[in-house]
Amino acid sequence: MSVQEVLPLGGLATGSSGQFRADHLLVADMVKPGSKVLDVGCGEGDLLQLLETRGIDGRGIELSREGVNRCVAKGLAVVQGDADTDLVNYPDDAFDYVILSQTLQATRQPRVVLENLLRIGRRAIVSFPNFGFWKMRLQLLIGGHMPRTENLPATWYDTANIHFCTIKDFVQLCDEINVKMERAVALDLYGRPVPLNLPWWVWNMFGEQGVFLLSRGGGK
Amino acid sequence: MDGVKSIPSPAISADERSHEVDHPSSQVAHFGAEQPLRLDCGVDLTPFQIAYQTYGELNADRSNAVLICHALTGDQHVANVHPVTGKPGWWETLVGPGRPIDPKNYFIICSNVIGGCMGSTGPASINPATGKVWGLEFPVITIPDMVRAQAMLIDRLGIDTLFAVVGGSMGGMQVLQWTAAYPSRVFSALAIACATRHSAQNIAFHELGRQAVMADPDWHGGGYADQGIHPHRGLAVARMAAHITYLSDAALHRKFGRRMQDRELPTFSFDADFQVESYLRYQGSSFVERFDANAYLYLTRAMDYFDIAADHGGVLAKAFADIKTRFCVVSFTSDWLFPTSESRALVHALNASSARVSFAEIETDRGHDAFLLDVPEFFDISRAFLQSAGKARGLKDG
Repeated sequence: MSVQEVLPLGGLATGSSGQFRADHLLVADMVKPGSKVLDVGCGEGDLLQLLETRGIDGRGIELSREGVNRCVAKGLAVVQGDADTDLVNYPDDAFDYVILSQTLQATRQPRVVLENLLRIGRRAIVSFPNFGFWKMRLQLLIGGHMPRTENLPATWYDTANIHFCTIKDFVQLCDEINVKMERAVALDLYGRPVPLNLPWWVWNMFGEQGVFLLSRGGGK
Repeated sequence: MDGVKSIPSPAISADERSHEVDHPSSQVAHFGAEQPLRLDCGVDLTPFQIAYQTYGELNADRSNAVLICHALTGDQHVANVHPVTGKPGWWETLVGPGRPIDPKNYFIICSNVIGGCMGSTGPASINPATGKVWGLEFPVITIPDMVRAQAMLIDRLGIDTLFAVVGGSMGGMQVLQWTAAYPSRVFSALAIACATRHSAQNIAFHELGRQAVMADPDWHGGGYADQGIHPHRGLAVARMAAHITYLSDAALHRKFGRRMQDRELPTFSFDADFQVESYLRYQGSSFVERFDANAYLYLTRAMDYFDIAADHGGVLAKAFADIKTRFCVVSFTSDWLFPTSESRALVHALNASSARVSFAEIETDRGHDAFLLDVPEFFDISRAFLQSAGKARGLKDG
């Protein structure tokens, strides 16, 4: 499967409503109303709250105790847990969608996590920072240092992000483990979708993050 | 209430037995021969009674009832002055006007457990067959027995589905038993500082307490009531040992350190030189004024036997298969009696059953006791959980 085959798509929300983050709105638009969703790495529950306003039955897992307690204090169904170790406790097909928002790069075993997402959920929505973004490339090429951006300000020695990848890398992994990409979007630094009529290498260069709607591939 | 049976007057000196055992200053539901309580040990307990308190009003569609389950040494006086000690209700931090469980919003029920000694039938009650105190003739009861009795009370009150069942420690065990036994009757469950089974360490501590009671010569093989006495010393030691397990090293250090009690220098004796000793002695002696020694044996035993998974083929998740109840599980970092790992095992089982569950671990150095203390983060979480469940249940202001 080539990148070009999976990228064309349309009908996505753009911009931000002020209350919710642009990538959250984009993710929420990928979820069918009335479905059951697990948000892995749900932070302080902003995306779950957005989903709740749309009548979606959302659950969350979050690593940090502070994050969990804030979520629970908002009345959200969130448990303390680790994407790397706790997804195994969920049965097959327990959810319609499992969301991994800006968390894949912080897991110890991204491939295992991704496989688990699509075991637990019929579909998975994964967003991650694109390490192929031009600002990243420039810093490494010209600056000669590990890249840092507005959205990823941590230094190499204290970052939680241990498994960075590019959009191209991610597409390759999906292909390897027989995951079907139903929709894919690249967002620029301001959370706007990169125009659709551009070639895929533009996405990998100008997309600050990638958002993918995945389902289980046939065969294998 | 129907099925009322007069209870024979006690055959022992009245001042050694609490008046509350037979004639509680609470409402009492009597269950006669037509409604026996079928116990796990195979005995039908009949007649029996349940003493309970209620707060607030049941709404028109009977959807706002909250059952509070008390812990080992608690009772039904959750949010009113205690008739024996004169102290405030044991959970007034959580239950009461302006609190997360507010009688303005909910019809709150709290009953004394079967096997207790504050008006529900237990080993300190009179056995109607003999006219004497039950003592060790009383059948051994379990957490499921307590819950079965509560369900009969809820039936009696005309309530089908409880909006919430709430409890900590042994109360939390009852909450979990409620959801396992009557999943469709529990809309939401708040299980605090508890576990789905009693650990070996906890059984060991309970055995220590029971042996302390039984080693007191005044215990008389459990027949002390016939002698008109009470094994105060044994029960006090049991309470002192148990109380240590409710705290934490850090909490004891912060509260007492190595400070002396009303003195500057050690007395070179076995007086309570240290504040912590004096505190423990006070905990022991005040406890025996309101608690029956045999009831302590029975209730600790009930906790020891508790193991939900064992009742479901060894697979905990089976206990909660397809459950619709909304769960909130809370643990405390310094609780070593019911550590977070126990709550996490429960949460994993609930996840495996696709149950809707929130799980928060709260940072505190106050040990197991934290669930009874002023811990604002715990209150915020309880309030938000119940409000969110209330919204789903269609309750006003919930």
